[in-house]
Order: sequence, then structure tokens, then C-alpha cells
Amino acid sequence: MEGGFITTKFNYILGWARKFSLFHYPFVTACCGMEYMSAACAHFDLDRFGAGWTRFSPRQSDMLLVVGTITQKLAPVLKTVYDQMTEPKWVVAFGACAVSGGIYDNYAVVQGIDRIIPVDVYIPGCPPRPETVLDALVKLQEKIQNQEHEWRWKKRKY
Amino acid sequence: MTTRIQKEARQESLLLNMGPSHPAMHGTIRIMLELDGEKILNSEVEVGYLHRGFEKTCEHRTYFNLLPYTDRLNYVSPLINNLGYVMTMEKMLGIEVPQRAQYIRVIMSELSRIADHLTCLAAMAMECGAFTVFLYKIKAREFIWDVIERTSGARMTTSYIRIGGVKADLHSGWKEDLKKAITETRKVLKDVHGLLDKNKIFLNRTRNIAVVSPEMAINYGWTGPCLRSTGVYYDVRKAHPYLVYDQLDFEVPLGERGDNYDRYLVRMKEMEQSLRIIEQAMAKMPETSAPEELMTGGVEPAVAIQASRNKRLEENIKLSPNLEGSEKVRYRDILTSDKRYIIPPKEDTYTTIEGLIRHFKFFMKGHGIRPPRGEVYFSVEGGNGELGFYIVSDGTDRPYRLHLRAPCFHIVSALEKMINGHYVADIIPTFGSLNMIGGELDR
Amino acid sequence: MEEKKVLEDLTQEFKDSIREIYSQFGDNSLLIERDSLLEVIKFLGGEPYKFTMLLDLTCVDYIGQKERFQMVYHLFSIDNNLRLRLKVPLHEKDASIDSLTSIWKNANWLEREVYDMFGVQFKGHPDLRRIFMYDGFEGYPLRKDYPLKKRQPRIKFRK
Repeated sequence: MEGGFITTKFNYILGWARKFSLFHYPFVTACCGMEYMSAACAHFDLDRFGAGWTRFSPRQSDMLLVVGTITQKLAPVLKTVYDQMTEPKWVVAFGACAVSGGIYDNYAVVQGIDRIIPVDVYIPGCPPRPETVLDALVKLQEKIQNQEHEWRWKKRKY
Repeated sequence: MTTRIQKEARQESLLLNMGPSHPAMHGTIRIMLELDGEKILNSEVEVGYLHRGFEKTCEHRTYFNLLPYTDRLNYVSPLINNLGYVMTMEKMLGIEVPQRAQYIRVIMSELSRIADHLTCLAAMAMECGAFTVFLYKIKAREFIWDVIERTSGARMTTSYIRIGGVKADLHSGWKEDLKKAITETRKVLKDVHGLLDKNKIFLNRTRNIAVVSPEMAINYGWTGPCLRSTGVYYDVRKAHPYLVYDQLDFEVPLGERGDNYDRYLVRMKEMEQSLRIIEQAMAKMPETSAPEELMTGGVEPAVAIQASRNKRLEENIKLSPNLEGSEKVRYRDILTSDKRYIIPPKEDTYTTIEGLIRHFKFFMKGHGIRPPRGEVYFSVEGGNGELGFYIVSDGTDRPYRLHLRAPCFHIVSALEKMINGHYVADIIPTFGSLNMIGGELDR
Repeated sequence: MEEKKVLEDLTQEFKDSIREIYSQFGDNSLLIERDSLLEVIKFLGGEPYKFTMLLDLTCVDYIGQKERFQMVYHLFSIDNNLRLRLKVPLHEKDASIDSLTSIWKNANWLEREVYDMFGVQFKGHPDLRRIFMYDGFEGYPLRKDYPLKKRQPRIKFRK
């Protein structure tokens, strides 16, 4: 069996299948939630990218969309939700507060969710326009396409 | 950490946790229930998952700098929070706002109120299963946000209403955009009335659930549409009229029973009244004192900068009406004439030395807006009720203490009592009809 | 019913408990002693004043002064359309005051918020614990001597 050709083709097909059927879990807290609702509804549609279905359970979704400010009180909950998701999973930080704490630099806000969980795509903006969200989704899809998929049984170290 | 409900629960009942991250798109709140089958015996609500330290942050920012923080409080109707803060400051400083700016403020705040009610009812209907209503209302909200975006530059968090007036005049062609938004909203409201008003399923889920009596509502400090649904007539726009509300003609709808259905109906009727207010304000708005002809003639920017090096420039500079640099003529209508509290127009800043100094001193640490010592409280009618700001000033350029009277806080504190005795499935429409906004509840 | 009449009646009834009545920017405020708070409120809640709604309950920290905390109550009467502000100063060493939960139900959460942010104790409150911050948070954030950026993380950070 030609290891190189078959595995790369299989990787390509797996990437194609995964990127066009993303089930996302919106972890919505604050103002960016309004722009998330706009991006998911009729004017700027998320469904035409294959990512329209919102799965309200972490075990059934493969993309965690962290929307809005994460406070110190909520941080353990976010970590628990991330741990409950099954492989493969991707994380998108939506909005300035999730990326780096936003305009809140005080005792109560976590300065960016990458202090808690690993992040794949960062969406800046306060709140970001829906076109930015769609652009980020396309970038994530490119990343998934070109990723080395773990269809062999491999353990990942954190 | 044991919560109150864990200590009080009986041995044989089930404890259920509707955790902070749950599908109801209102915000992060934790509801803990003690159940006997599906019936709720006891409940406890935990808030604070979006506490962002607004009040403490405001003590470290100047009065002008903290305007963006007020946008993000009640984020579905951001212009009303802006308005509340700015009018409190104007009460303290004693500033007069020109008429055109007042009408613009009324239009913007009514548009925000419509957006607030649309979002609240859309989420409530979606959780009861009516997904179409959600899509229709978000579509209508997009048209409203288009109007706000073409005037102020941002869809949601705009910081458009400033101390002394508004930031920029309405864009050219605002009448057509506003008319389109109004017709689309009326279409959507008509459709939703037909879909939900006499719908058997919706009525079964919302009629006679979570009934609140007027005495209980007043005791809990409720204001806004939730209080009016119990039958008490109190609206800040009628009781303590601010801006030009006393010259406009509108009704305040009241409910009868104080259940979920009444809260839904009161909000639907209020949207219709807000549309009436916008149409009247559109008709009554005073004309701008800088007609369009003035803006078309003028010198080119490059020529103007060159000429101003030799002498002070008297002619207008030819720029687009909404862009910064062509605003000096329009400042008469939209901002107060008291020069201490507003940013000078860009023509002055870049071409004269007095303008430059004034601009510099406005933003310099220690200078800028410095109100007299004392304290003040002022409230406006927000989407949820009476939104009040209490500011204590000690004479410097930063507030000593800024406190927000959040209407949501009082409404949600009654949730525990309201859902006792009902089923688990009744929590969803009840919680949706209260319109809890996380940013305002937790500050 | 006018505001002036309410203030006159109050001064007549509670001569020794009221320290000061002043008006600023169009609002009327009263500075009263801590022990007479419940009586004043019961007096105002009855006929004909009918101040039946508690609009707001908050606290201001005047660090450096002997009476460090000052509780501020905003009362409202729907029937007469009147607003009133009551202020009660508290000493730093003895920062406690009677709770209003027996009169108004929303005082429950409002007083929990003041306890959480300032550390003021309320006598007679059924369930006084933190509402915005989490268990294990030490200190009272809104006091002037708590620094703005002092973080107390709940879980271990990655970087």
C-alpha cells in the first residue's frame, strides 16, 4: 500500500467532510451574543457554510464558540464544558473580551480565554460585524482542511 | 460550597441545576431547583456570572472616557443607557441641549426600545418552539440597526449620545431609511400578532402562569413593562417627562392579570406606540440651520490647510457631511453652546491655536469636565424599567462613586417566588418574559 | 402632596434624629441617624405620604473620614409622584445597620450586594452572603483601598 498517497487523500477527504458540517456550541454571555444572533439568522446566514445547526450540548458539538466576557466566576464552568467535548474539537474566541479581556482590565475578568483553553481562531471587534464572523469561519474551515487528522489512534498531550 | 437550597431541601426530592451556560439566550444565570417529579418545590437563583466591575472601573476613568462602558450595560438597547448617563451629567452641570438634538435623541432611544422588545420576545417565542417568530423579528431588527449604523457608524455599541447633544447629525437620506424600517417593523408585528396572539399552544404555555399582583410588584420594586402588565400606571416618560416627551402624543398600555401573556402583550403594544412616537418626531423635527447648499460649495481640503498657515480660514471646507472636519456649521444644532464640555470641531483644532488648546485641555489628565461637588440622581425609561444613575462627584475629573439602578436586578429577584409551584417547563416562558439582560443585572 | 410639606412634617416628627436636610441640583436629601431609620421609613410609608417603593439602596465609601460608610436610600411614591433620598452615615469599626427585608422584598438582594461590595453587615437579614463574587474571594472590591487590578483566580491558568 502506498502510505503517502492513500493517507494524504484520506486526510483530504476527512478534512472536507469535517469542515462542511460543523456543529457549534455557543457559550454566550454578553453583548457579542447579539451579533452572534445576527450572524446566525436570515441576513447573514451561517447555515450556508454548513455550520447552521446549534447543538446545545457539548457532547454533541465539535466547535466551541466563546461569545462575550468570561469572568473569574465563570472560568471553571468554561473549563468543564471544554473538557466535556469529544475529539476533534476547535475553539473560536469571539469578540474582544474573549480574545484578551476587552476594555475590562480589573479584578473580575479573565484577560482572554487562552489562559484557560487552547484557541484556534480569534475574532476581534467590539462587537465584530457579522461579515467578520463569516470570514473567521472560512479561515477555520481552511485550517481544518489542512490539518493533520488523527484517524489513527494517537494520544494528544496538552 | 453548599448553597441555601442544599441546606433546605428534603431528603427525597431531586436537586436539579440549570447551570450558567444554558440554551436560553439571555445571559448567564444559574437556577437551582428542588423537584418532586416535575413540580418545583423550592428554587434558588444565583447571579454574578457577568460581573465585570463596571462601578469600580468608572472611578478610575474621566467622565468622558467612561461613555463606552455605559453602552455595554443593557446591550440590546445601548443608546438608552448612554442617554441616562449623559442626562445625569447634564443635570449636574446645568447644560441646555438644542431642540434638534433632543428630537434626534428621542428617535434613537425609541429605536433602541423597539430593538430591545423585539429581541426579548423573539427569544421568548423561540424557546416556546416558535422559531419563525425569532427569524422574523431579528430581520426587522436588522433594518433598525441599519438606520443607527448609517448615522453613527456602529450597529450596536455606538457611544453616539454625548454630553451636550449628539455626536453627529443624521445622515442625508435618513427619512427614507427610517420609513423603510418602520414599514418593515409594522409588517413583522402584524405577522407575529397573527401567529401568536390566539395560538392555543402559546396561550396554554403562558396564560395564568407566574401571576404577579400589583402589591407584590411594587413591593419588589418592579418598574417598566413588567409592572405595567400588572395594572399599575407608572412610566418615567409620563411621570417625570424629559427631553421632548411632553410634546409628543402616545399611550402607555396596561395589562390586567400580570401573567406571562400580559407581559408579552404589553411589549407588543409598546412597540406600536414607539413607532407612533418616531413618526411624530420625524414630522416635528426642526430643520437644520445649515442647509445642504452650504455644504456643496467650499474649498478643497489641501487648499484649506495651505491657506490656513498664513491666516485664519473663513470659508467652509468641502467634505462629506458626516465626516469629521465639516461639522463646525452643524454644531449649532446638535451640541450645546457651552464650550467647556464638548470637543471643539476639527476645523478649529487643526487650523487655529485656540481650538488646539481647548482640545488638548479637554482630554488632559486633571482638566476637562469637572462638575461641582455633590451628588445627583436621574432616571430614564429603559427597555426594562427605570434606569437610574447616581453620581457622587468630588470636584475632580473622575467620578467619586457611580451607581446604576438596574431595573433587571429587582425584577429577577422575584423569580424565585414566581416559579414555586409550577412545572419545570414553565420556567422557560417566565424567564423569557422578564427580559433579563446580563450586563445590566450584574453590572 | 408636595415635597416641602413632607420635609416639614418629617422635621416636626423626628427633631433629634435628623441631622441635616439639603437640596442640590433639584433633589432633596436627608441625613439621619442610624437608629431611627426604621421609624422614619415606617412613617413615610403610611398615609398620606405613601412612599411604597424602594428604588435603590447603595453605599458610598468616604475613606479618611471618621464615618467612613454612608448608606443611601432612594424612596419613591407612585401615588404622589415624589422622590426622596435618605442618607445614613456609619462608623468604620461598627459598620452595621438594620435590614429592611421586613418592609420591602427587593431589599434582600440589594443588601446582599452592599455586603458583597463593601462589607456592611445587616441585622436581621435572613440570608446574608455574597451575590456577585464567588466563595473564596477575600476582601470587599468596591472599597477604596482594594486595588482595581488585584485578581484572585479560581482555577490555574495555562500561561
